[in-house]
Amino acid sequence: MVQLSFTLPVAHDKRAEGAALQLAQKMGLEPAMVVHARQMGDGFTFFVVYGRVAHLVDTDRVQVVERDFPLLSAKDVNAVIKRRLRRRLNVVGACIGTDAHTVGIDAILNVKGIAGEKGLEYYRELSVTNMGAQVSVPDLVETARACKADAVLVSQVVTQRDAHLQNTRAMSAAFREALPAGKRPLLIVGGPRFDELMAGELGVDRIFGRGTTPREVASYLVHALVGSSN
Amino acid sequence: MAGKLGLDPRVVRRARRLAARAGQPVVDLARSHTTVSVERAVLRLAGVSGADSDGIPWVNRLVDAVRAEVGLGHGVSVPVFHALAAEGLDDVTVLAQKAAAGAVRFGVPEKKGEVAAARRAAKRATGAGLRVVDRRRAERERLIRRWGDPPQRPWIYLIVATGDIFEDIPQAQAAARAGADVIAVIRSTGQSLLDYVPEGATREGFAGTYATQENFRLMRAALDETSRELGRYVRLTNYASGLCMPEIAALAGLERLDMMLNDSMYGILFRDINPIRTFVDQRFSRQVHARAGIIINTGEDNYLTTADAVEAAHTVTVSQLLNEFFAHEAGLADWQLGLGHAFEINPDLPESFRLELAHALLARELFPAAPLKWMPPTKHMTGDVFRGNLLDGFFNLVGALTGQGILLVGMMTEAVVTPWLSDRDIALQNVRYVLNGAGNLHEDFVPAPGGFIQSRARSVLGEAVELLGRIVDETLLAAIADGTFGIMKRPADRGKGLDGVARHEDDYYNPVTVALEAAP
Repeated sequence: MVQLSFTLPVAHDKRAEGAALQLAQKMGLEPAMVVHARQMGDGFTFFVVYGRVAHLVDTDRVQVVERDFPLLSAKDVNAVIKRRLRRRLNVVGACIGTDAHTVGIDAILNVKGIAGEKGLEYYRELSVTNMGAQVSVPDLVETARACKADAVLVSQVVTQRDAHLQNTRAMSAAFREALPAGKRPLLIVGGPRFDELMAGELGVDRIFGRGTTPREVASYLVHALVGSSN
Repeated sequence: MAGKLGLDPRVVRRARRLAARAGQPVVDLARSHTTVSVERAVLRLAGVSGADSDGIPWVNRLVDAVRAEVGLGHGVSVPVFHALAAEGLDDVTVLAQKAAAGAVRFGVPEKKGEVAAARRAAKRATGAGLRVVDRRRAERERLIRRWGDPPQRPWIYLIVATGDIFEDIPQAQAAARAGADVIAVIRSTGQSLLDYVPEGATREGFAGTYATQENFRLMRAALDETSRELGRYVRLTNYASGLCMPEIAALAGLERLDMMLNDSMYGILFRDINPIRTFVDQRFSRQVHARAGIIINTGEDNYLTTADAVEAAHTVTVSQLLNEFFAHEAGLADWQLGLGHAFEINPDLPESFRLELAHALLARELFPAAPLKWMPPTKHMTGDVFRGNLLDGFFNLVGALTGQGILLVGMMTEAVVTPWLSDRDIALQNVRYVLNGAGNLHEDFVPAPGGFIQSRARSVLGEAVELLGRIVDETLLAAIADGTFGIMKRPADRGKGLDGVARHEDDYYNPVTVALEAAP
């Protein structure tokens, strides 16, 4: 059973309901029921439709990025860095482009964190520089260089016309240009609109999507930069 | 009104006294400095308009030219109007065009007579601009008398933002017909960091539409048409914030905008604009808003999007008290203070709704004559639109129960997509149901003496007083530098726009400030 709602640019009448039903059928809902229809303003109608869907999906053929690193506790993250790196691991974070929404980067970096998990600033062995919003790519590269960043975290929350993809490409290109391969920090981007499969295409090491927690990011940093436990 | 919270009037008085003491050094700072944007606002009021072929406004070209030769510390008025006379011109925009071509020399005249003549000319020119602002205000008052205010409180505030003013207009008109009393045209992200105001009608913006004088004019005219049709004056809101806030305030006054977002610290904390630049620009823009009869909306809600809404509740109160002090100092009356606060407590927290009620009622009782702007949940909107709609319903209920003046309509698609037509319609249904269903429930809603809500409100006020005390000892600039508000650390010698700030010379002259500070 599928439930969906949509708006059609027609005034509400019987024909409009018929049109909604037809659209639902084309979407593969069979049989479909218009359970609610209501006109909004001039010439628009809002519909709620329930219906059965008979499409088959093959769960074996679903492609996702599975977590390919162990999830560590804050204590373990600190211990591994201390033992194997023998210095603090430097992280620089920013929102780049015109995006002024720091909620994502703040959730990952600020001590406050998110959903009861403390952010990376809380990790004793991580040295975090949060550059905030609307940071230019050259400033980011410069700060990363000055801080001897091991990893750069970039957040893109609000985006239009694929600005998040363009910004990410510009950012990864700038790092490639500015620093030789061995000296480049690990590049990580995050935000709700990214496809986690696009890391290679965008020239970054990892993409984190919606719902990522600071602990996952910290564990990934350790995995990618220090090597896993023991 | 006898309080429902039983707040101790002595504590309230103490909080206000501390806010005044914390704010006064910042006012002194603002009174002894000017900025490129304040000077550009003066030129806009003096009638300079338009932009060069690269889209750089003539006010920018003229201020830059004056600044390159004599600096900013004298104000641009005397150098500009002295040059105008010397060049034998009568149009300041023409002078700006010549100056941009490098064909004008600027200086502060030696002779007292010449200084006095330049001051007189500047006063005359900017006086004409201020008279337009006054006429606009009278026009608003007339239209409100003719068409009437919204029948209910809170006023329903809706945002439109397509990036294209010609798409915004039908959307805004549809929103007004659907029940919105206030339309806010959200700005393109990034405009706050532009050190100039774009020109003309714009059709390209990111997550919002550029604030320009022409866009202001087009939208106000469209809403006048809709107001006439609805028999209810629909207010228009924009943003006097960022690096150009003084100029945008002036444009808002010239084009009869009705409300402006205008927070004393938002730019510092959330846009990393230099604190001194912000406070100087702030004071001037508030003086303009006071004159124009514009209601300001402050941005305390934003603190709660970064900090925890329970732990940081008192920072909202502190900021409201500071915003009130700065607003009064700039000449704004209580009815013009849309002090902000928000419904941002984690809904999973036990008693979260009770806490929201306590905080909202505290703001209501501390500022009984201010309209107060009540902002919907954003931080805990998860993408689950069903839960989001429920949360918005509770938000609306707090608004109804605590007599908020302006209610920003929450969208269940917050943080998911730019609201669609249907999202807005569902959100408005939610507001209408709650306001209608709750009716005058606020009359019956009296928290139990000594109960949870009263104690919570008192303890938040107590924490606010304590924090204000620390700010007084430490100074406000130092408190901002070490992250007291919204966790952001913003030192006074950092941030964007600092190079556009200058200390007044002894002969600083700004005819607009003089007029705005003269008794009304």
